[in-house]
Amino acid sequence: MSLEGWSHAVVDTLIALLMMVVSWLPETLAAPFDYHFMQRALLTSVLVGAICGMLSCYVVLKRWSLLGDAISHAVLPGVAVAYLLGWPFFIGAFITGALTSLGIGAIERHTRIKSDAAMGLMFTGAFALGIVIISKIATNTHLMHILFGNVLGVQQTALLLTLTAGLVALLSIWLAYRPLLLYTFDPQQAQALGFHTGAIHYGLILLLTLTIVASLETVGIILVVAMLITPGATAHLLTDRFPVMMAISVTVGVVSAIVGLWLSVTLDVASGGTIVLVATSFFFLALLAAPRHGLVIRQLKRWMAGQAQSAAPSPNISKSSSRPMAVSTKRPESL
Amino acid sequence: MIRSDCPAIEARGLYAAYQDQPVLSDVSLSLPQGEWTAIIGPNGAGKSTLFNLLIGNLVPLRGELRVFNEPVALHRRAGHIAYMAQRENMEWDFPISVRETVMTGRFGLMRADPLWRRLLPRRWWHPSHMAAIDAALEAVDMTAFAKRPIGALSGGQKKRVLLARALAQQARILLLDEPLAGVDSPSESLILDVLDRERQSGRTVVMVTHDLPSTRRYADQVLLINRVVVGAGSPADMLDNAMLARLALG
Repeated sequence: MSLEGWSHAVVDTLIALLMMVVSWLPETLAAPFDYHFMQRALLTSVLVGAICGMLSCYVVLKRWSLLGDAISHAVLPGVAVAYLLGWPFFIGAFITGALTSLGIGAIERHTRIKSDAAMGLMFTGAFALGIVIISKIATNTHLMHILFGNVLGVQQTALLLTLTAGLVALLSIWLAYRPLLLYTFDPQQAQALGFHTGAIHYGLILLLTLTIVASLETVGIILVVAMLITPGATAHLLTDRFPVMMAISVTVGVVSAIVGLWLSVTLDVASGGTIVLVATSFFFLALLAAPRHGLVIRQLKRWMAGQAQSAAPSPNISKSSSRPMAVSTKRPESL
Repeated sequence: MIRSDCPAIEARGLYAAYQDQPVLSDVSLSLPQGEWTAIIGPNGAGKSTLFNLLIGNLVPLRGELRVFNEPVALHRRAGHIAYMAQRENMEWDFPISVRETVMTGRFGLMRADPLWRRLLPRRWWHPSHMAAIDAALEAVDMTAFAKRPIGALSGGQKKRVLLARALAQQARILLLDEPLAGVDSPSESLILDVLDRERQSGRTVVMVTHDLPSTRRYADQVLLINRVVVGAGSPADMLDNAMLARLALG
């Protein structure tokens, strides 16, 4: 069988597996997924939710949210140029995304400009270039699809790209789990143990670019930033263990994708936006109800400390007893 | 093969700078194997810079830095250099437990393991890794805290965990950047005892410190640094008033 035949078979198998799960749902929930384009949309969304969920942990812990934002915007001119030259859009997207992240690194290292300014400057410049090129060659509908996603019209090539990106991301994270973990946690220690931190750094950036490009059709380049931040941030509130964080983050990504897709079709609203809104709701739910770092439990602890304080007879202990209850979420500014 | 008569760390005519700001100039030193060296100097004198050069965080402008008479990178990759950072630079919010933090000290050595072991969860790791991790936790008296998230520890406990991570590596050289700063006195004596035992088992201990009493008591050699080497010798010779005054003047 040819490569194309194989890839079709893989996609069909995955869709069949997904539909087995869907068939257990009540009829009213499962109904939209009778259509073939919905099944494809579902598979793409699930994949994107899973890849973004994985990468999201690194983005959040490494404080790369703005970098994710930058790379996703920088992808636009690449898409436009690829369209002009008749290339597959993801090649152009990958090139400009990677170039911009290298440019940011170079400005940061060799000038006195700080990293946030370097990122803001590079990505808005690249984004503007993309807008200008697209305004010359394509319709506004095209632009809207790139910016905000078009998951219901996802093509076979895009689906395969997403699938490949997912496999690459999964494999890289598995093979380089420990170096990646150590680099994210404590880059200085990684250096001291003789790891090639430069290679790990740019490897992670390439993985991020790949993820963004793969998510382009589903949520679009503006909203992919949310999928790279929200699942990881939600998971960070819920656990103090990295593997668990990864699992929660992937779950949040996948469930948001499924629920968002279903809601968007049922309510007839934009899919990308709905997926992101569902993820954001998960975040606020976690923010309120997380068992250790949630607002409710913290308020409760503070209130209980207050109760203990008013019960305590001596005023000089009460002053110190209320302090340790407040959990600090501040991080040191310097790295 | 490492010869026992060559110095553990040796520098000749070393210059280093951060973005055109010179920090070390013409530093030459020789730290013998199996001894405890204390590096003392005012803030910004280049003590941590020396460590940054050793762990590869910074490249020297000029001069030569060698470990066991060979390039430093070689011994970094071999896991011969363990480094305990100042805790201010760390991400204490990271979702990682005390035990897992100590485990990261073994990550360099695991590169030598067969691939199948490296790709499997820790149950299949080589037993020597777990033994070293348990011993290190035990040595700093943190076994009871093994499952706690690192963010939930006190300042002294955090230092002890970082020390355990360096110990778990079972390296020939221990580099410690102010291990006693911000530590209460029980933790301080525990840390000093642990380091003393490491030195007695033949390891080279290099410690940046501001604490003169412990230096007088434990160190074999004192290195006074203030951008240049002000002096090197026994604690008794280096820590007298005249030398310390010269050190402060630079």
